[in-house]
Order: sequence, then C-alpha cells, then structure tokens
Amino acid sequence: MKNAVFIYSPEQLGYKFTDSHPFNHKRLLLTMDLLKEIQVLSDSDIIPARVATDEEIALGHDQKYMEIVKKAGHGLLTPEQCENYGIGTEDTPIFPNMHEASALLVGSTLQAVDYVMQGKSRHALNLGGGLHHGFQGRASGFCIYNDSTVAIRYMQKKYNARVLYIDTDAHHGDGVQWAFYDDPNVCTLSIHETGRYLFPGTGNVTERGNGQGYGTTFNFPIDAFTEDESYLEIYEQAVREVFEYFKPDVVITQNGADAHYFDPLTHLYGTMKIYQEIPKLAHKLAHEYCDGRWIAVGGGGYDIWRVVPRAWSFIWTEMNDLPLPTGALPKSWLSKWQSESPVPFIPTWEDPNPLYEPIPRKLEIEEKNAQMLKKALHMIRSEANRPK
Amino acid sequence: MIIEEIMNRDVHSLAPSNTVRDALNIMREKKIRHLPIVDDTENIVGIITSHDLKNIFPSATNGDSTIITYDTKLEEIMIKNPLIGHPLDFIEEVALTLYDSKISCLPIVSGGKLVGIVTATDLLYTYIELTGANKPSSKIDIRVIDKPGILSNITEIFKRHNANVLSILVYPSKSHKESKIISVRVQIINPLSIIEDLRNKGFDVLWPNLPGVERL
Repeated sequence: MKNAVFIYSPEQLGYKFTDSHPFNHKRLLLTMDLLKEIQVLSDSDIIPARVATDEEIALGHDQKYMEIVKKAGHGLLTPEQCENYGIGTEDTPIFPNMHEASALLVGSTLQAVDYVMQGKSRHALNLGGGLHHGFQGRASGFCIYNDSTVAIRYMQKKYNARVLYIDTDAHHGDGVQWAFYDDPNVCTLSIHETGRYLFPGTGNVTERGNGQGYGTTFNFPIDAFTEDESYLEIYEQAVREVFEYFKPDVVITQNGADAHYFDPLTHLYGTMKIYQEIPKLAHKLAHEYCDGRWIAVGGGGYDIWRVVPRAWSFIWTEMNDLPLPTGALPKSWLSKWQSESPVPFIPTWEDPNPLYEPIPRKLEIEEKNAQMLKKALHMIRSEANRPK
Repeated sequence: MIIEEIMNRDVHSLAPSNTVRDALNIMREKKIRHLPIVDDTENIVGIITSHDLKNIFPSATNGDSTIITYDTKLEEIMIKNPLIGHPLDFIEEVALTLYDSKISCLPIVSGGKLVGIVTATDLLYTYIELTGANKPSSKIDIRVIDKPGILSNITEIFKRHNANVLSILVYPSKSHKESKIISVRVQIINPLSIIEDLRNKGFDVLWPNLPGVERL
C-alpha cells in the first residue's frame, strides 16, 4: 500500500474570485513546485481531482442553494439576487463557473477519502479543500461548498465510519461544527483565535454539541498573540485527549495555514514551528487509533508566498515518513517565483529567530489559554478519572 | 423589544397544596430552577426557586425549630406575592428590575393569569443576540470624538464595501473622557480594506492592538 497520495488537478485553480482577493489557490502550485524541487513529490504520487455529483454535494447543501450557485456562475443572477445566499459579497464575489469550480474541490476531497477508505493508500492530501465556513444553504468567509462536511457525510454513508475532524485554521471551523452539532458519531475539534474580534465570532468552549451530539464538539479559542509555545501546548493536549476519548475510525484534518505571524487576517503570531509539529502528531495518532487512516485538507492561509508553501510541504513530508526539510530552500524555486511575489521570501525552511518584537503580557496570555484548555477538556478529564 | 417576544410560554407551575417533594421532582425532571405557584384560577400566588429549596431544610447549626420535610406544603414556604411583569414590558425595564431587586426570574401575568416566565439567563441571551455574536462576523472597535454625525460617516464606509452590519454598540471610552467607542459586528471575513478606509478617513481603529499596550 502507498503511504500517501497527493490529489491535484490544474482545474483546482479555477476556484478564483479576483486577482486581488486574499483567497488564492496559486498556493497549490507554489507548494507542489516546492515539493518537486526537493524531489519528494513525483507524478506517480499525484491523483487527479474529480467533480462531485449534485447528489454528493446535496449531502451537505440545499438543492435551492446549489441552483443559485450554478446560475450565479453562469451570469444569470445579479449580486442582489444572491445576497441571501452569502455570495456576490466582497468576501465571496460571483465568478464564472463557480459551481463547477466548487464541485471540483468537493470531489477532490471525496477522491482523497476513497483512496484512504478503500485501502489504496494510508493517507491522502487534498490541499485544494478545507473550505470550512460553507453552510448548508449559504456561502460564508470565502467558502461556497463545504468539502469537509460533504466528505464526512460521505464517509458515514458509504463506509459507516466514525469520524474525527480536527481544524487548526486560525478561524473557527463553524460550518463543519454546525453540520454535525447533533451527531454523536462525528467529533469536531477546532483550535482558533478567539472570536471576540476575529471572524466568525463563534467557537466558544461552551459550544459542546446538542442533544445526542452533546460532548462531541470541542472548541479551543486561543488569545490573539498566543505564539508557538502556548499554541503547541494547547494543540498537543487537546488532540491527544480527544483522540483517546472519541476513538475514531478515521481522522480528517483541516490545515489552514493562517495562524502565522505574517498572515494578514489574523493575530496569533505563530511561526513555522507549529506547522512542523501539527502534522507530526496527527500522523502519529492516526496510526495509534485509526490504523493510519488520515485525510488532510488545506484551508485558510493568506500569505501565499512566505508561509503557505513551506507550511503545507511539511504535511506531505510527514505523510511519507520523510525527514523534516531543513536549511535553505531550493535556489531554483526562489528565483522562479521571487519576481511574482510582492514580498521578499524567507530563504530557509525555518523562520528567522526572533521573527518579531517580544509580546507584552506573554505570561498572562499563556495562563489564559491554559485556563481555557482546562475548561474545554474538563468533561472528558472528569469522565476519565471517574472510578469504574 | 418587549418581553412577550422572549418569554417562555410553556410554564411549569404547581399549586399551593403541592409538596416540597413535588417541587423538587418537577425541577429535576424539567431542568428548571423557578416554579411559580398558582391557584385554581391560574392566578399567581407565590414562587419557589431551587435556591430557596436548598436553604429551607433546618441544619444543626442555625437553631431553627421549624420542621420542614419533603411533605411540607408549598404554601408554607413559598415567597408570597412575588414581583410580576407584563407581556408588554420592555426588556430593559425587566433587566433593571432583576438587577435592582436581586432576583433571577419574573413571572409574566396578563388578565390575572400566569402567561409566561423570564429568567436572567433569557435576558442574557437576548443581550448576546444584541451584540450580534451569534452569526459569522468580524468585530471592529473604533474610538471616535463624541459629537453628532460621526456614526453616519462610519456607516458610509461599510456601505461602500457592501458589508452587512449585524450590530453596533456605543459605549464610553475609559481612558479618553471626550470619546466613545463604537463596536461594530460586520458579516465579513476580510475587514482589512474597511479598516484601511476608516484609518484614511482619520478614524482611530483600535483593533488589532497589542494587549496591554493601549487601553480602551
């Protein structure tokens, strides 16, 4: 069995709003090119994307909404007519063939799912997916269709699987959370910058699920200016304990790369260190609990030059049990892309140390995060300690 | 907003002749903490809270000689003639009543009958909704000089970006006596161009700021 497959088709780049829009799938090209330059990605690893059928998309979305997206993408609707569906806005403008482009991203994640669930490869990576803000009948936060929501329902239906979803995007994974809020067989875990200011504002520790699904939703809202150490402390404890508690058949990780200091939309002040560690633990626990079954998707990440290609490369090297790339980035890659980049590249796999001025009140922020972690895990910790 | 828009209409109540045991059972079963006591014409005559029930049993230390058991009738221990509200009361008034009287619920009465109940938790949720924090949105805090016309200058910028505003709160600035903070929740994931426009127009956008560096 292969260790991992890389889902990609050039058509994935068709999910494109405007030239100046922060969500830019050129990231896929930059990442793939970097992986090829260091000779860890070959053509035989790459599996083409497929288009999700209407029936598959309907696992996570209303028929009426799909009709609106189709018509909007074919120039048949004005932005005003789409307003109630969250498209035609500054965040999520209408673009040509938006249904087809979005359906391809959903299908790419389904392709990844099938490879893993049919035992054709242990892990699968679809960096084009991870559009976690998409709602059942509404686009939100750059996301039209929610590939993770559809993929999880697909895994439930086709493979009868118990699924753990782990979201490390700096924004709360609201679309996926609400889709499975009542479902005890899907566990969602999101670590994100607190919603006090940042979009979407939800993701409080008190959001724990509802009805039968109470206790299978976990939220870890961390403070702005959290930095690496505290971030990783929260990540490691949260993910380990929730794995142990939920015991999934398969894990799907959303790997938004927007918690970095350079990211223009968020304020968490992470560095490359967190992107080295995140896939490592996910990989280890997938082997411990899920017989290796691990699907990874992309997500946010708005510094597409200095942050995303390096951060996402680490997922692929980890999936293939390769040593962590270190030292200088390939010169050929740097010189190929530098002219297009509006900012000078970081020429090494690691970030310079220090990357920024020290943060005031660092200890208090760490203390606050630790308190949050305790609250968020209280339920499963007290259950684990109860005398049997 | 008036109380009938947020009150619970499905009220669980008991009669004065019911017992402490009945009250404990219904509170546990329905997961409620407040129990209006009504007579046979649905007229409210008293109220019992879970807090009251915890405190009525005699302890060895307080020297109270009244014997209260699970079979004691509620009429002996209920709070008689509780404060009540009307469906047309404004929620601000009800919030003030709860705060001033240090109580945690208000039975709502109309036409001499109990028609609803509002608890401090319901009011709190209403205030959460007022802040717009229950829908996908970003928050922007802006410090402005306290004078007429400023809000319109700000909303003009949101309009230009076709950004849907979910809520606006205005509150005094602690550090700048002549200023107010305007806190806007807006349905947008990328507020950068709005923030840039606000700054270009000379507005003091407070977020993102380093913690502890600048106080509101």
